[in-house]
Amino acid sequence: MPQQRQFNPYSENGGTILAIAGADFAVVAGDTRQSEGYSIQTRYAPKVFRLTDKAVLAVNGFAADGNILVKTVKQRLEWYRHAHAKDMPLRAIARLIQTILYAKRFFPYYVYNILGGIEEDGTGAVYSFDPVGSYEREACRAAGAAQALVQPFLDNQIYFKNQKPKPGQSHPTHLPLDHVLSLVIDSFTSATERHIEVGDGLEIYVVLARGHSAQGLSNIPGAQEISQTDEGERVFVVRRDLKKD
Amino acid sequence: MNSLVSKFSSSTATSQLKQAKKHLQQEEEEYGEPAMWGSAGGFGNMAAGIPSFQIPAVADPTSFLRLHTDDAADPSCRIKIQHGTTTLAFRFQGGVIVAVDSRATAGSYIASGTVKKVIEINPYLLGTMAGGAADCQYWETYLGIQCRLHELRNKERISVAAASKYLSNLVYSYKGMGLSMGTMICGWDKTGPRIFYVDSDGTRLKGDLFSVGSGSTFAYGVLDSGYRWDLTDEEAQELGRRSIYAAGHRDAYSGNSCNLYHVKEHGWTYLGNYDISKLHYDGPGDVPGSAGHGYGYSERTAGLSSANDPAPSTENAPAVSVQA
Repeated sequence: MPQQRQFNPYSENGGTILAIAGADFAVVAGDTRQSEGYSIQTRYAPKVFRLTDKAVLAVNGFAADGNILVKTVKQRLEWYRHAHAKDMPLRAIARLIQTILYAKRFFPYYVYNILGGIEEDGTGAVYSFDPVGSYEREACRAAGAAQALVQPFLDNQIYFKNQKPKPGQSHPTHLPLDHVLSLVIDSFTSATERHIEVGDGLEIYVVLARGHSAQGLSNIPGAQEISQTDEGERVFVVRRDLKKD
Repeated sequence: MNSLVSKFSSSTATSQLKQAKKHLQQEEEEYGEPAMWGSAGGFGNMAAGIPSFQIPAVADPTSFLRLHTDDAADPSCRIKIQHGTTTLAFRFQGGVIVAVDSRATAGSYIASGTVKKVIEINPYLLGTMAGGAADCQYWETYLGIQCRLHELRNKERISVAAASKYLSNLVYSYKGMGLSMGTMICGWDKTGPRIFYVDSDGTRLKGDLFSVGSGSTFAYGVLDSGYRWDLTDEEAQELGRRSIYAAGHRDAYSGNSCNLYHVKEHGWTYLGNYDISKLHYDGPGDVPGSAGHGYGYSERTAGLSSANDPAPSTENAPAVSVQA
C-alpha cells in the first residue's frame, strides 16, 4: 500500500464577520466564538481589531493566519506613523492589505478580511478582500461561516434588493446608525440560531466621522468609547452576549 | 582580482558584501517580505525590482497551492479564489468598446455582484479581469506603475503593444505556478485603437475582437453577428451591452450587471453600469443606441403572434410594431 503524505497547514475556525458603511460612519462586527470541527476552542477570541483612530479590521477563516496578518498590518501602520507622523488613510490601508495578502499568493493566508472606517473625505467605507488580496469598496459585506445566511438579509435590508418602494417614494441610499446597529444585532442573533459555528459573544465596532453625534448608540446599552482623535473621529465598541449552545 | 580568491575568501570586501546580501535575503525570506511595492516606512522599495513571494517549504509548492485553492479539481478545498466571468472588447472605426459583467462566484455561491472587472491602468489603458480576481487586480496595477515609469524615463506614453508584452512576459515568468488570468489590454496609442489578449499561459494575441471567460461563447454569438468595422459609436456601445446581456442570461457564472467603457483617441470614458435584469425587461433606458425595449425574448416578441400574447406587465413598452 503506497503511503501518501500532504502538507496541510490550514484549519477552519468558524465564526462570522460583518461590516456596513453609513454616510458618515462604519460598523464592523464579529462573533467571538472560535471552533474547530464540532468543538469550541474558546468563547472569546476577538475577530475585530482597531487599527487606527478611523480604521477597523475584521478577520475570519484560519485564526492563526488571521492573528499574524493583523499583527503584520499593525506593524506596518506603526512604521508609517513613525515615517509620516500621521495615520495611514483608509484607502491606503486597503491597498496595503492587498499587497500583504498577495505577497503570499503561492502560500496564502487562509483569511477573509473586511476593513471598515472613515475615508479622508469623511465618508464611511467598507472594503472586502479575498484570501489572496483582490478587494473592492462596498456598502456592506458579510463573510465567514454564516456568510450565506447573513449576506442575503443584508442585500434585502440595505440594498433593498427585490423590494419596491411605495409609489412616489424611494429607498434611502444610507441608513441611520441606530437602524444599522439593530440590523447587525439581528444578523448575528439569527445566524447564532441557525449556524453551529456562530455564537457566544458579539463585538461591534462603530467608527464615527467628525461631527457625527453618538446618538444612535444611546439605546444600545454598554457602548464603550475606545478612542477619539483631535479632529473628532470616534471609535466605540459594543459587546453583547450571544447564545452559548 | 583573481576570481577564485574573491569567490572563496571570507575577508575581502566583496565577499563580505555577498555574505551580507545573503543574510539579508534570508531574513527577507523568513519574514516573507510583505513590503512589496507598498511604502516601507517611507522608503520605497521599487529598486528591488520584481516583487518576491513567500513559497511553502515543500517539495512541490505548485501542487500544494493546487491542493488548497483549486476548486475546479476539488470543490471542498478551503481557499476559494473568485472565478467566472464574461468580458469582451472589440475594435472598430470609433475606437475600442470594452464591456464586462460584474459577478464573482466562489463555487456556486455568488460572492459579489458588484465587481469592477475593468481595471483602469491609466487614463488611456484599460485591462479586463477574467480568472483569478486578485491576480488580475494586482498585476494590472503593477503594470500601471511600470507604464508610468516608462513615461517618465522616455518622455512618451507606452504603446499598447509594449504594455501588453510587459504583462505577458511577467506572467510567463510565473508559468506553471498557478496564476490564472485572461485579460485584454485595450488602449489608443500612436498606431490607433489596439487590443491585445494576454493570458497566464503566456499567450499574447493582437486582434479586433475578443471575449474571455465562462460566458464568452454566448457573448461571441451576439458579437460576431453584429460586428462591423464601420459601426457607429452608438451601435458599438449597444452591441457591447447586448453581448454581455446574452452571456449574463445564459451563463450561470456571469450576470448581475454590465460595465461599459469606450476608448477614444484621448483616453477612455466610462459609459455606465447596466443591470442585467433591467436590460432583460426594460432595456438600457434612455441611452444612445438603445433599442427602446427589453432584450428578453418575450419582451421582443410580445404580440407578434398568437403564441406570444402581449405580456401583461408592459404598460410602458412601445406600441407593438411589425418587424421585418
